Amino acid sequence: MTIAHEIISYYKVNINREDCRKCKRCINNCSYGVFSFNGEKIVAESDKCVACQRCVVMCPEKAIHISQNESYLPPHGNYTRKIRNIIWAQSGNGGVLLSATGNDRPIRSIFDDLLLDACQVTNPSIDPLRETIETKIFFGRKPKKLEFIVESDDLNDVSLKTKIDPNFEIDMPIMIGHMSLGSISYNACKAIYQAAGELNIVAGSGEGGLYSDFYEYAPNIITEIASGRFGVDINYLNNAAGLEIKIGQGAKPGHGGHLPGEKVSSLIAQTRMIPKGSDALSPYPHHDIYSIEDLAQLIAALKEATRYKVPVGVKIAAVHNSAPIAVGIVRGGADFLTIDGFRGGTGAAPRIIRDHAGIPIELAIAAVDERLKEENLREGVTLIAGGSIRYSADLIKVIALGADVAMCALPVLIAMGCRVCQQCFRGLCSWGIATQQEYLVKRLDINIAKNRIINLFRSWNEELKEVLGAMGIDSVESLRSNRERLRYIGPNPRIADILGVKHAGE
Amino acid sequence: MQVNKNMIVNEIKEKNYEISLKEIIEIDASPNGEPIEYRDLNNMIHKSVNNNCKKIVLNNVCGQRFIGAALQGDIEIIINGIPGNDLGIFMDGPKIFVNGNCEDQVANTMNHGMIIIDGDGGDVIGLSLRGGTIYIKKDVGYRVGIHMKEYENKIPIIIVGGTTRDFLGEYMAGGIVIVLGLKFLPDGSVVENKQPICGNELGTGIHGGSIFLRTDANLEDKLGVGAKISEYGANEKAKITPFLIEYCKNFNIPIDLVYNKPFQVIKPISKRPFGGTYCSQLI
Repeated sequence: MTIAHEIISYYKVNINREDCRKCKRCINNCSYGVFSFNGEKIVAESDKCVACQRCVVMCPEKAIHISQNESYLPPHGNYTRKIRNIIWAQSGNGGVLLSATGNDRPIRSIFDDLLLDACQVTNPSIDPLRETIETKIFFGRKPKKLEFIVESDDLNDVSLKTKIDPNFEIDMPIMIGHMSLGSISYNACKAIYQAAGELNIVAGSGEGGLYSDFYEYAPNIITEIASGRFGVDINYLNNAAGLEIKIGQGAKPGHGGHLPGEKVSSLIAQTRMIPKGSDALSPYPHHDIYSIEDLAQLIAALKEATRYKVPVGVKIAAVHNSAPIAVGIVRGGADFLTIDGFRGGTGAAPRIIRDHAGIPIELAIAAVDERLKEENLREGVTLIAGGSIRYSADLIKVIALGADVAMCALPVLIAMGCRVCQQCFRGLCSWGIATQQEYLVKRLDINIAKNRIINLFRSWNEELKEVLGAMGIDSVESLRSNRERLRYIGPNPRIADILGVKHAGE
Repeated sequence: MQVNKNMIVNEIKEKNYEISLKEIIEIDASPNGEPIEYRDLNNMIHKSVNNNCKKIVLNNVCGQRFIGAALQGDIEIIINGIPGNDLGIFMDGPKIFVNGNCEDQVANTMNHGMIIIDGDGGDVIGLSLRGGTIYIKKDVGYRVGIHMKEYENKIPIIIVGGTTRDFLGEYMAGGIVIVLGLKFLPDGSVVENKQPICGNELGTGIHGGSIFLRTDANLEDKLGVGAKISEYGANEKAKITPFLIEYCKNFNIPIDLVYNKPFQVIKPISKRPFGGTYCSQLI
């Protein structure tokens, strides 16, 4: 039973009455129903506002201004306004609170406590503008050693004996994280896949199948096999640069997926192969994977099904025992391993799990990298790290901590126009990104969005080259797990120990 | 354990199998009594299919996994022996007949085709089944028909002649599961099975499709979250009859025997069983 509390709104919508010419464009643009016209003037219901800024941008007179509502709540350092709001929401509605995007608690970022090294005197730096700095990555399992057969007395006449597992090449150490058609719109998906193609990087398909229009972008798409197995058929398996078994996601470790029925439009129904309007539920575990041996079996099955043509990987959330789990996964045959930190994003996850489960990617990737090295497995596998790679500095640091490739998703959405209002699960995204409603989806121009993503990652890659040049490194592969080039300046030296990074000054 | 060894050592040598260009070929899966690796066996199947072979007989199959994985086309595979896990995984079209029992995850994420098992089946049969038919003569294990789906006229069917265990049709999103509750005696006669027809948590989380159980036992206590017992009317009967006829023909069961007891139908309460669990208020 819903017994909603009368609580003050988070935001306040201010309309400058002098400038407002009542064109009602704000009414048409607000998908959350904030604005209405009462015959005389535009009226705003601030408690519906999510501060997505659509009206602010679209108002031709720039007459709308959204501010934080700082009205009356008595201050309390422990029972913050957010905690009180959570209690009011749950006592009013009685349900598991949903949330979207990544963990929004103000937890100190370890990336921000790390500093990069640069060359001075004893080793020369490299000028990235005039010298070649390699940012290519080969995605897939590498052989531990190469063996050759000498065909004749001529020493040049040799052939490779070692069988090379499937690998594909990407031009930047960047992967666009998995976001399914369903969690984001058709236009957003298309822009991402086109951008990935032009940049020659990879993008994840998410677990909602691959719409047939997107098969042409397959060489740059890693398709995901999650517990719901949505849209998984032979075409899905064969139209991918790589296959990824999704065990967990940083935003919701141990949790399944839940695409509400109202988001299952005919397009989504067709792609996921489920009836229109029914919930798309992903079970919490894969019911054919209850152990590492079972995971090895599904990896083997996927390799068998694709006739050993593409790399098969696994994605896990960063949790307390990531390192031994990662060892098991690599021994189980995974060609690449994705680790998603606790700040990783989502279209919908219970707030309790998003905000409180998992560990930071910085710690997880360092531990996994170190453990794989100890077990002599690191060289064989491509490690991908995600979970709040916000900008190029995070990308560089995560590679130095042990990743081959950095995975990010929210920066891509922000590049396309997302304002991080964190309402993705409501399907009302006024910018046409996290919605399936036709009139909203149309708002996202595929070409503009694509070019913005391209601009963003080209600039990240240039910045990566600048840093590599300053460090005197000519290939990103030499930065990988090069923790000597990092120093820690945060408050907790124990973190530096776990990261295997010295304190600044040491 | 074969899987691990294969994936790590990764030294599968290309062996040149002698496969003749015949329409029907026979492959011995355990020459000299030693079962060959699943990868080699599947390679032989693929080579046969590429050579336009339409019927493959696999003899002495002994636990080899992934037989028929992602295989497409109008092909018939006859398995004499016990196939390993994931028989017919991602399969899209072929027919598989098994003269023996099966292990777990038969027809995992199968798209289209038919699997007929003249024996018992293991756990998690038809996981995320998207289309096609599975007929199992005797009993099966836990979590059968989990997360089966359907889309428009693509409706997967599982018929089990014997009994099932817990979590039958869990998370089911579409398709039809039929359980007959029969027992097959060694002398060939068919009698009523005295074991319970299903375990607990029947259809838990079901949000599409239907489960037919041929029993007069009270199933109320066994129902899982979101499942209900619904009426077995003429429409329902018409829906399953063609499949039952086909099933009975395959295993030589008189159809009248199947109809001498009424069915109970388990259906979802809603297409959105957990819609009310979540609260999306702005925090």
